[in-house]
Amino acid sequence: MKGSVIVVGGGTAGMEAAGRLAEEGFSVTLIEKEKELGGHLREWHHLFPDRRPGSEVMSYLKKRIEKVNVITGTTVESFHKKGREFIVSTGNGNSIHGDAMLLTTGFDLFRSERKEEYGYGIYENVITSADLEMMFTKKSVRLKNGEKPERIGLLHCVGSRDEKAGNLYCSKLCCVTAVKQAIELRETLGDSKVFCFYMDMRMGGALYEELYREAQEKYGIGFIRGKISEVSTNINNRLVVKAEDTLAGRPLRMELDMLVLMAGMEMSQTGTRLAESGNLKTGENRFFAPADHHFGSNKSNVKGIFYAGTCTAPMNITETISHARSAAADIAGYLKNSK
Amino acid sequence: MEKFGFSLQKARVINYDSNDRSIVDYVIGREPSLKLCIECGGCSATCTTGMFTHFSLREMNILLKRGENKEVRNKIKQCMLCGKCILVCPRGVNTRNVVFLAKQAFQKYSTHAV
Repeated sequence: MKGSVIVVGGGTAGMEAAGRLAEEGFSVTLIEKEKELGGHLREWHHLFPDRRPGSEVMSYLKKRIEKVNVITGTTVESFHKKGREFIVSTGNGNSIHGDAMLLTTGFDLFRSERKEEYGYGIYENVITSADLEMMFTKKSVRLKNGEKPERIGLLHCVGSRDEKAGNLYCSKLCCVTAVKQAIELRETLGDSKVFCFYMDMRMGGALYEELYREAQEKYGIGFIRGKISEVSTNINNRLVVKAEDTLAGRPLRMELDMLVLMAGMEMSQTGTRLAESGNLKTGENRFFAPADHHFGSNKSNVKGIFYAGTCTAPMNITETISHARSAAADIAGYLKNSK
Repeated sequence: MEKFGFSLQKARVINYDSNDRSIVDYVIGREPSLKLCIECGGCSATCTTGMFTHFSLREMNILLKRGENKEVRNKIKQCMLCGKCILVCPRGVNTRNVVFLAKQAFQKYSTHAV
């Protein structure tokens, strides 16, 4: 017996790390609060930048966890350390023991209704990026009245880089998600017109800039540099947005059929609760603060507790899988040395 | 003498070395949040004045930082100090105070008096 690990959160990071640790011969228990594994990945129709179906990554991850003891539909209420051992209490009153813990509690999507000026939950054709992804999955992008949208706006940085929302950080993935979704809107709807309203285009990932270029060249997406200040409706029940076209230096007004809010990522409520109960350090951005930014990004301030994925910072799927693998390596090292 | 319609044009260039940045120094010294502006234009988008006149607070901010004081001095008078821009700003810049302090600075340095 090499040791046991408890993994909290069955999204991309949790599944990858649990699978890898089980492969190494550790006894792994993966606890997920939802009935199904996969976390936010389940909500993605296609991933950026190559528009591969999210389901492909999902089936890869499912194959990874064949040797893992999976417990779904179960929350983690609290945990404590007794000697070297961790004892996790679940919502259904069970206790699970382990030699190490990996927190992969992920992120919550920013609740867009908090930015009331954008009208989410007020105007029926203001939707979020997650809502749009679901429409792509259902293969039906339609307005509330069933009509086809002719002109669509995508607003970047909703709940990110926004002091008023209490989030100073960049969620990093929304820019490229907007570009991907703009392309898919054009593909799905044909002759529609799509505009991205951005503050800065952050195309830092592999193949992101190429996708941006493709959006301009092949799909004729319009890019307007200016943050929308408010949304209203006119007498025809069409949305009216106001922005400054900062590059033209003039105010801009535009009618839209549909507005998509690119919602940012926030520390999950589960993560925050576990941080408080387990005295785990969090950063100014409320995500778990790793022990060292450069060479301890999977380590916490408590020996034997590790992190992986978006519970530490916004990450894409590629980064999450890499981060999960490095967590598995750190945990294997820890268990080897503590025996 | 025959006039050919030629005249000397004043250069459009922002001369960063010779421009006077005392006004922006005065403002930032008292309202450091101005340093945080990322030029998103949210303030100008919501601005009632900007809908009808050539007034853009975002433009004011950048011109102040570059020391293009003459242009700012003329345009800043149009602000009605309603403060809607403060509600919009994602960086938490106290935009109304920026306008107020810029006007104050122009008064103080008599060569720029409003």
